[in-house]
Amino acid sequence: MKEFGYQRVFDVPGAVALLGADPEARCLGGGTNLVDLMKAGVERPGLLVDVRELPLDGIEFTKGGGLRIGATVTNSDLAAHPEVRRHYPALAQAVLAGASGQLRNMATVGGNLLQRTRCGYFTDLARPCNKRTPGSGCSAIEGEHHNHAILGASSHCVAVHPSDMAVALAAFDAVVHYETADGPGELPFAEFYLPVGDTPHRETALPSGALITGITLPPLPVAATSRYRKVRERASYAFAIGSVAAALDVRDGIVNDVRLALGAVASRPWRALAAERVLTGGPAGAEAFAAAADAELAAAEVLPHNGYKVTLMRNLVVALLTELAEEAAR
Amino acid sequence: MALSTSSAITLNINGEKHALPVDHRTTLLDALRERLDLTGTKKGCDQGQCGACTVLIDGRRAVSCLQLAVAAEGREITTIEGVADGETLHPVQQAFLDLDGYQCGYCTPGQICSALAVIEEHAAGWPSAASADVRPEAGVPPLTPEEIRERMSGNLCRCGAYVSIVEAVARAAAVHEAGSAQGIGTQGIETPGLEAGAAGSVGTEGAA
Amino acid sequence: MTTTTTETTAVRGAVGTAHTRVEGLAKVTGAARYAGEIPFAELAHGWLVVSTIARGRIRSVEAEPVLAMPGVLAVLHHGNAPRVDTDYVGMLGAPDPTCAVFQHDRVPSMGWPVALVVAETSEEARAAAEALVVHYDQEPHDIDFAGGHPDAYPLDGHLPAVAEKGDLEAELTASAVVLDAEYTTPEEHHNPMEPHAATARWDGGRLEVVDSNQGATWVVGELAKLFSLDPSAVRVRSEHVGGGFGSKGLRAHQVAAVMAATVLQRPVRVVLTRRQMFSLAGYRSPTSQRVRLGADPDGRLRALEHRALSLTSTVHEFIEPSAAVARVMYDADAHHTANTVVRLDVPTPTFMRAPGEAPGSFALEAALDELAEKCGIDPIELRLRNEPEKGPVSGLPFSTRNLRACFEEGARRFGWADRDPRPGLRREGRWLLGTGTAAASFGAGAAPSTAVLTAEADGTFTVRIAAADIGTGARTALTLVAADALEVAPDRVRVRIGDSDFGPAMIAGGSMGTRSWSWAVMAAAKELRERLALGADVPPEGITVRSDTTEAIGALAQKERHSFGAQFAEVAVDVTTGEVRVRRMLGVFAAGRIVNPLTARNQFVGGMIWGISMALHEEAVRDRASGGHVGADLAGYHVATHADVPLVEADWVDDPDPDDPVGIKGIGEIGIVGAAAAVANAVWHATGVRHRHLPIRPDRVLRAGTGRGSVGERDAGHRR
Repeated sequence: MKEFGYQRVFDVPGAVALLGADPEARCLGGGTNLVDLMKAGVERPGLLVDVRELPLDGIEFTKGGGLRIGATVTNSDLAAHPEVRRHYPALAQAVLAGASGQLRNMATVGGNLLQRTRCGYFTDLARPCNKRTPGSGCSAIEGEHHNHAILGASSHCVAVHPSDMAVALAAFDAVVHYETADGPGELPFAEFYLPVGDTPHRETALPSGALITGITLPPLPVAATSRYRKVRERASYAFAIGSVAAALDVRDGIVNDVRLALGAVASRPWRALAAERVLTGGPAGAEAFAAAADAELAAAEVLPHNGYKVTLMRNLVVALLTELAEEAAR
Repeated sequence: MALSTSSAITLNINGEKHALPVDHRTTLLDALRERLDLTGTKKGCDQGQCGACTVLIDGRRAVSCLQLAVAAEGREITTIEGVADGETLHPVQQAFLDLDGYQCGYCTPGQICSALAVIEEHAAGWPSAASADVRPEAGVPPLTPEEIRERMSGNLCRCGAYVSIVEAVARAAAVHEAGSAQGIGTQGIETPGLEAGAAGSVGTEGAA
Repeated sequence: MTTTTTETTAVRGAVGTAHTRVEGLAKVTGAARYAGEIPFAELAHGWLVVSTIARGRIRSVEAEPVLAMPGVLAVLHHGNAPRVDTDYVGMLGAPDPTCAVFQHDRVPSMGWPVALVVAETSEEARAAAEALVVHYDQEPHDIDFAGGHPDAYPLDGHLPAVAEKGDLEAELTASAVVLDAEYTTPEEHHNPMEPHAATARWDGGRLEVVDSNQGATWVVGELAKLFSLDPSAVRVRSEHVGGGFGSKGLRAHQVAAVMAATVLQRPVRVVLTRRQMFSLAGYRSPTSQRVRLGADPDGRLRALEHRALSLTSTVHEFIEPSAAVARVMYDADAHHTANTVVRLDVPTPTFMRAPGEAPGSFALEAALDELAEKCGIDPIELRLRNEPEKGPVSGLPFSTRNLRACFEEGARRFGWADRDPRPGLRREGRWLLGTGTAAASFGAGAAPSTAVLTAEADGTFTVRIAAADIGTGARTALTLVAADALEVAPDRVRVRIGDSDFGPAMIAGGSMGTRSWSWAVMAAAKELRERLALGADVPPEGITVRSDTTEAIGALAQKERHSFGAQFAEVAVDVTTGEVRVRRMLGVFAAGRIVNPLTARNQFVGGMIWGISMALHEEAVRDRASGGHVGADLAGYHVATHADVPLVEADWVDDPDPDDPVGIKGIGEIGIVGAAAAVANAVWHATGVRHRHLPIRPDRVLRAGTGRGSVGERDAGHRR
């Protein structure tokens, strides 16, 4: 790990001033990903701006009845919050499905959004990786990739985004708020993460020097009947090989509203809009659920060892929607 | 201007203040083990992937290998050395000892610190990934073996002492619950993080 | 100290009574210090630099810029490191040259140690090690391991390579039922929670090493030979050891630390990182195994063939003798077993918990389950019908063989009698349920050891023995054995271990540690009691006797000496997601006299949990292009977590070894044997699909489905 400066900040203008002035500055939240990557030599900041004392640790209702979640709210506090659990249960479940109790206590909402991929080549300085060293190549495509992307990847990178939380946020149309020296800004979740293309090292649309200040969740009645399911290679404390956040509102057997997002299948949490379109206004049943999954996965592109994910995601989508529909019918 | 890459800090550990200069790269784990001779906190992976280095920071469990020491200034740190009340073991420690909740002992301080927090987190009403229904109206799930296993999963034990560890946590939780029911404090350590907690409490004020 | 027994005044019967660990208080309070935790004045920190190529030569090590970095004291590499002597035969044979660091410019595997950077602080050492530029001349490497490798050859390891009797092809032809199946197990790593750590220093002309190892006198012997020192000039201490499982013998870090301490003349500590452990701590070779069984319609075996392939490095021969377990378990008219190895550009594998038996029992016991299905016979009954009277290959008598009792007791407790043998029938929500069983065995041996026993003037006793407690509970077991032998309460016995100055002793390995050490303690106690019986007063310095069991152990008759066990597992499988969960597990063992039921149960269960982990999770993945691992850490290499482990129960039947002074056989390894097979057999019972390749990962379950084409074959999507 190379040497670096450290500055604790107590207000947003102070943080933004530091971040804007030094291109080598990085925000330190919980440090659960950043410090690990610094030890691996992947991240080499010159200055750490410790943001945990910023007054961004609240969760409150917005005027419209949604929720505003501060950027430094810990994952634990987010998952334990009664209003999150009441109105967006899949978000609480997604957070609880990630990492461990210790890491959730440390990790912040803002940091969670900015997590880097867990692709084994990304953290190994001795191997080519376009995300770490642009232009060096992708080792995973010809190498170990059984947990790599089936949607939205490119020939430059097939890594997946590791966050569980972000999958639920994608389903619920969250908006990311940030601040730069030029003032505040916001990005709808669908625009927050950039497509891979030939620039896998550019992961978000945040302007340089920006500080994430929080996220807002719109009021979303369907989210009250939502669920997150995660499949991984052991029962806990592991990254997903596939996950689904789903919210379903069924009236008289017809899908009135639905939200669906997939995890561990792409470089970003994957909002399943094609599937939602197939479902909305149609019957809530196994056939429709399967058709919806197939519609979303029609675009899947597989490598020799990750084709199982197509089956997995199809089964997961059907299973989760079926569960939600059955509960609604009770 | 060259930034300073080290700082003189004061760490508050087990109720004692320790002033020391630290290289900013120094993790809390390395500060404890290599600078302060508090070697009860163990380094298993140094990557947040095993839980052996678990300590309590402001009453909440955290992995000290990913916590920079400089960023821990001003926070209350409890390590395994601060868990017992003098010569009297904490009920969690006693249960690990009585039920053989370890083998080689290297993951044990982390398991114990984690278990302390698990009991408090559960008492505070936190759900887990093992909880069937996370909605608040579902209430707090009982601390079943399945709940304990999920909540303790951030602490690997390669010897495979999991079965007796879970028994020990269950026993200590029962002691804790009995103590709470009688309105007396357990021999537990302070865990202000959960009670004052809480980013969450800010938010509920806005509930319509 | 707390004990679960309340009778601290009892003078007999400590052995066999549950007793909490004598070092337990130190372990739950954080007071127990492991190797990297003993403070030394003037301590310097060494950080290993390992190769980033899998084969080639070091062209140059650019040490100068690094030596200018803050705090850096030295950079050791092949151009300047002290020379060591590797031309010797140690306790376990010739040394693995991987440990003799920095002797030449050749790189035979990814992660090979190429330099040690020493600095004042660990942060400085790490930063400098990361900054060290090493130039290589890279050569093409070969890491491809697969069955039928043309360069494979039979190799004797700790067990003979080949054992054959009878005409295999003739018996197979004459068999009514034939099974021919291939099984594979992946590269597996010990990953003890405590990384390897050593601090070396010269103290008054004597080399002292505080180390984490499985045998202090073993490491002394190796270091003395490597550095051409008299063994009396080397002392190794390892009071607490955070797990070993076979990985903690002589390793690169100790040798590097000694070199640096010699060059700098100050204490130097070297700790392996978790990532370095994947290339420097040894591992279990992947295996490719073919099992052919031929049986009469009633299940009696006519033919048994087990051929196992493992790999080793290009610098050292090690073999995983997976095929040998059949030589103990089952007889057949034709009985052929062979262990073969292929040399590749990989690090040298080593002993890992139940070397041979763990992967071998997966293949053999899964094959038995398949044969039971083909014969329409209950899997337990099939095994009991093939119980041998004597060693199937050796013809020697068994010392004891209580496998039948294990199966009978286990079947009763597990509820086996109610089992419907047909697969794929039981469903609970999204889960298919199934149960499986497997047999287990592991060799029961003893090796010469010495012990020193002192009757103190205050009426207490002190045992000194160079034993290692790597989590086995050996320290406590020896306390109980000594207490009974001396006819005193355990609280009057103090056992000191982990110091080579206590004399030669067996390592904590081969499930032989506690038995071997107990034997030496018994011998010393016998002599001490005789001395005390003469009525002499105990002088202030006490009365000390020393024992050596070399002669007694050498006089043991040749027999088949093994522990046995029966494993049972119930699993739940969701074939739509590929998830497999173990719901319960039971192991019943015949493993000699159980010294301390509390710690023994824990150790059996721990072995069984290794079996769960082996069956479902563990797999180190190598990248063909680079020859190194992908995800060499505890997030990439999955071991079972709390959530993966249900209620696992272990128990035992009475089975004292008639030729051991205490009746001990050894219990460290048998818990894993057969456990993965029991899980895999249960997965078949749940789903109707045989999984012959470990681990039974979700993607593999998904691809296999239920074997009836319902879900597994829909891998849609376009090929990228």
